[in-house]
Amino acid sequence: MKLLFEKSVKGSNFFRFPLQNLPVIDLQETIPEEHWRTSDLGIPELSEAEAVRHYTELSHRAFGVDDGMYPLGSCTMKYNPKINEWAASLPGFANIHPYQKTYTVQGALELLYELQIMLSVIGGMDRFSLQPAAGAHGEMTGIMIVRAWHQSRGDHKRNVILVPDSAHGTNPATASVVGYKVREVKSNADGRVSLDDLKEKLGDDVAGLMLTNPNTLGLFENEILEISRLVHEAGGLLYYDGANLNAIVGVARPGDMGFDIVHYNLHKTFATPHGGGGPGAGAVGVKKFLIPFLPSPIVVKSKDGFYNLDYDRPKSIGKVKTFFGNFGVCVKAYTYIMSLGGEGLKEVSQHAVLAANYIKHHIAEDYDIPHQGICKHEFVATSEKQSEQGIRTLDIAKRLMDFGYHPPTIYFPLIVHEAMMIEPTETESKERLDNFIAVLKKIAQECRENPELVKSAPHSTVIGRVDETRAARNPILKYQE
Amino acid sequence: MKYTSNPDSVVKEMLSEMGLSSLDDLFADIPIEIREQCRIPDNSGMSEMSVRKQLEQLAQDNLCSEDGPIFLGAGCYDHYIPAAVSHLLGRSEFYSSYTPYQPEISQGILQSIFEYQTLICRLTGMDVANASLYCGGSALAQACQIAAEATKRPKILLPATLHPDYAQIVRTYAISGSMQPETIPESNGMIDLEKLTALLDDTVGAVVIQYPNFYGIMENAGAIIDAVRKTKALVIMSVDPIPLAMLKPPGEWGADIAVGDGQTLGNPMSFGGPHLGFMAVNSKLLRKIPGRLVGETVDSRGQRAFVLTLQAREQHIRREKANSNICSNQALNALAAAMYLTFVGPLGLKQAANCSHHLAQYAHSELEKAGFTFPYSAPFFREFAVNVPDPSGLNDFLVSGGIIGGYELKNAMLLAFTEKRRREEIDELVAMMKEYCFEGNSER
Repeated sequence: MKLLFEKSVKGSNFFRFPLQNLPVIDLQETIPEEHWRTSDLGIPELSEAEAVRHYTELSHRAFGVDDGMYPLGSCTMKYNPKINEWAASLPGFANIHPYQKTYTVQGALELLYELQIMLSVIGGMDRFSLQPAAGAHGEMTGIMIVRAWHQSRGDHKRNVILVPDSAHGTNPATASVVGYKVREVKSNADGRVSLDDLKEKLGDDVAGLMLTNPNTLGLFENEILEISRLVHEAGGLLYYDGANLNAIVGVARPGDMGFDIVHYNLHKTFATPHGGGGPGAGAVGVKKFLIPFLPSPIVVKSKDGFYNLDYDRPKSIGKVKTFFGNFGVCVKAYTYIMSLGGEGLKEVSQHAVLAANYIKHHIAEDYDIPHQGICKHEFVATSEKQSEQGIRTLDIAKRLMDFGYHPPTIYFPLIVHEAMMIEPTETESKERLDNFIAVLKKIAQECRENPELVKSAPHSTVIGRVDETRAARNPILKYQE
Repeated sequence: MKYTSNPDSVVKEMLSEMGLSSLDDLFADIPIEIREQCRIPDNSGMSEMSVRKQLEQLAQDNLCSEDGPIFLGAGCYDHYIPAAVSHLLGRSEFYSSYTPYQPEISQGILQSIFEYQTLICRLTGMDVANASLYCGGSALAQACQIAAEATKRPKILLPATLHPDYAQIVRTYAISGSMQPETIPESNGMIDLEKLTALLDDTVGAVVIQYPNFYGIMENAGAIIDAVRKTKALVIMSVDPIPLAMLKPPGEWGADIAVGDGQTLGNPMSFGGPHLGFMAVNSKLLRKIPGRLVGETVDSRGQRAFVLTLQAREQHIRREKANSNICSNQALNALAAAMYLTFVGPLGLKQAANCSHHLAQYAHSELEKAGFTFPYSAPFFREFAVNVPDPSGLNDFLVSGGIIGGYELKNAMLLAFTEKRRREEIDELVAMMKEYCFEGNSER
């Protein structure tokens, strides 16, 4: 498929802005010559029809949740309700400016205030900030709060954040960009945090522990209360990475497990779409003693029901994002929670966990599943049984595309060799899950009988496997004539 | 409303296939004392129609730019968005997909990012652009971190003429200890060159220039960069893409890193987000740039193909050694930016910039005729500050007349203009400002 730049025809774009009835002035005279742009803009010229076809063709070469099942582990690719998209595009939300007088944006502030209250109830926390733009941004905000809290108490010796070896890469990266050293805590044979190792790694240099629960193997850290006690006893704080909240929403709350700070990915649990990589929203919630440290401003409600922005927060870590956050994403999450209600949210996790266990149960004979027992919203399988035929997890993932499925997350978590992490979400029907199971079984059969077919997959996509080494060795990152 | 797909009868069937009797069995691994404490929001589910009504009501409680003209800018602008952009962004292959980890079924997303990277490079005159960051402010903070790391010099000089949110965000990111922000004082609404020169010692890793600056003024970029070039510090320019249609881009000024907010390219104001941060660097900094990068390669069939590349920089590979923790970005907003540029084309972009600036010039001269004075005399673009004794009261007065006024400075107001404004709207603005400020109506 040609690039925009290869389709450019000089003079073919007829888009124009209307002429203004203004006194004629020489605009160039209003700008000193040294500031003039003399170089070409390099923007291609396409007619509207050709441009629409270009982007439509690009869309045909992409795959979204609406196109089919997207069991990408840890990403919670659930169906994105259309009413949410509609709501965010309402002129009263889309066309308001962040610096308007607060009495002219009461509806927006009310929505943000109410959303943070509902998120607090859902998490068992006391207060949320909706400023962070994504999960990793929420993690960073949370770990900055950890740092600010210790500093506020004059405790400057703590320079380590504990992170389990099964954690998402964002956890150690976050700790590091906030200025902490990272100390890894090992998993035990069950795939959960090793308490023995945790005890060994704890000390008076530890500022906190970042934990995903259920963890990236899809297993609930059932000793969480003991973990929490140990970390707090050592003077550290407990941080909840909400990437896997979809597994427990409405059933169990991080606040009740002893977590002091949490982030949610509104673009996972609360059904806002991922947009091909973003925008997301990484709401951060804290227990009461940490409220003063949340980013500024926060939305407050006065006794007479007036909503305002509170900037007078001297202990706040400051600002992490321009303006107030990804408001449009918050509108979608709010709409979703209003639609479902509390009971509906509980059904989300029940059905998500049901779907994951259902797949796991039915493919247990065909694929190696290193960790037994009930999983939560996702589980990890491997290609161990297929390795005799020289098949790798990558091959199975690629072959799934030929059957109309987005592959699962692969090669993560790092503690499982040749991992494939499967997360179906609650919005898949039994019929679709059955079909997915049948396809996985068929691929397992192909691996035995015709391994070359799998190794050379995918066969039905617009391109075949790509040469990633070439891309990295000789980076071409823009189009050049 | 619910969005699950299996009715109770099917759920039972699934449970019994696994030898389970109830959904609760699936949560037996969570300690009972935790489960017993769980509370859920007390609102019950609502039908789509009822939710719709409630959201419409909340939206109506806001005064929006469709209700009356808006003269607020300060980093977020009411530019026109072509119908085709909103229409195409509604294609769910775009909005309901994830980061394109699997290139074979994500070529559409990957190519669109590659095209976006190219467009940003061309607009800014830089060598390499990434696939987007969260917002202009956090993009600047990341740029400052890169500069401190690349030069091994921690001091970052932030001008007093920088967007206050951006300055705050850089200071927040500095909690890590990796950089030390310091302020360059202003004079006549611009970076004070003498004071900057005095601050430039061998601990300075970067000098930030917002161009045009927070007050809409074109900084004296040439002289500033000449001064910085006598040291090893890097130059970071924070820019808005629309003025770049007429103004010299960062690459031509000689900047090392260009960042900014791309909201003006096809993204609604949306109360401040989601917008997009962009970052483009010179080729020397290629391996320092954070976030996703899409590169060109070939597939097994010899066809051109696109793929996420240089991932060894990123958190999912490097973990604690990564120089940024970013994972999700603002891909859909970046797509909107690329679409915007495609649909308005080079001429349309120039028109948008020209027209916005022309209206600002007109407003400036009308205000001057009406007797207003201005805090700064330097040339501006699209946005300028005007002296008013009581900006907050003036804004209230304007709202009472259906106008959303400007950004409140100390005894002044920052007014911004886009191609969406009309001459009549500006005449009305000037008339109301005159009435409020000069005709003794402050008690109203």
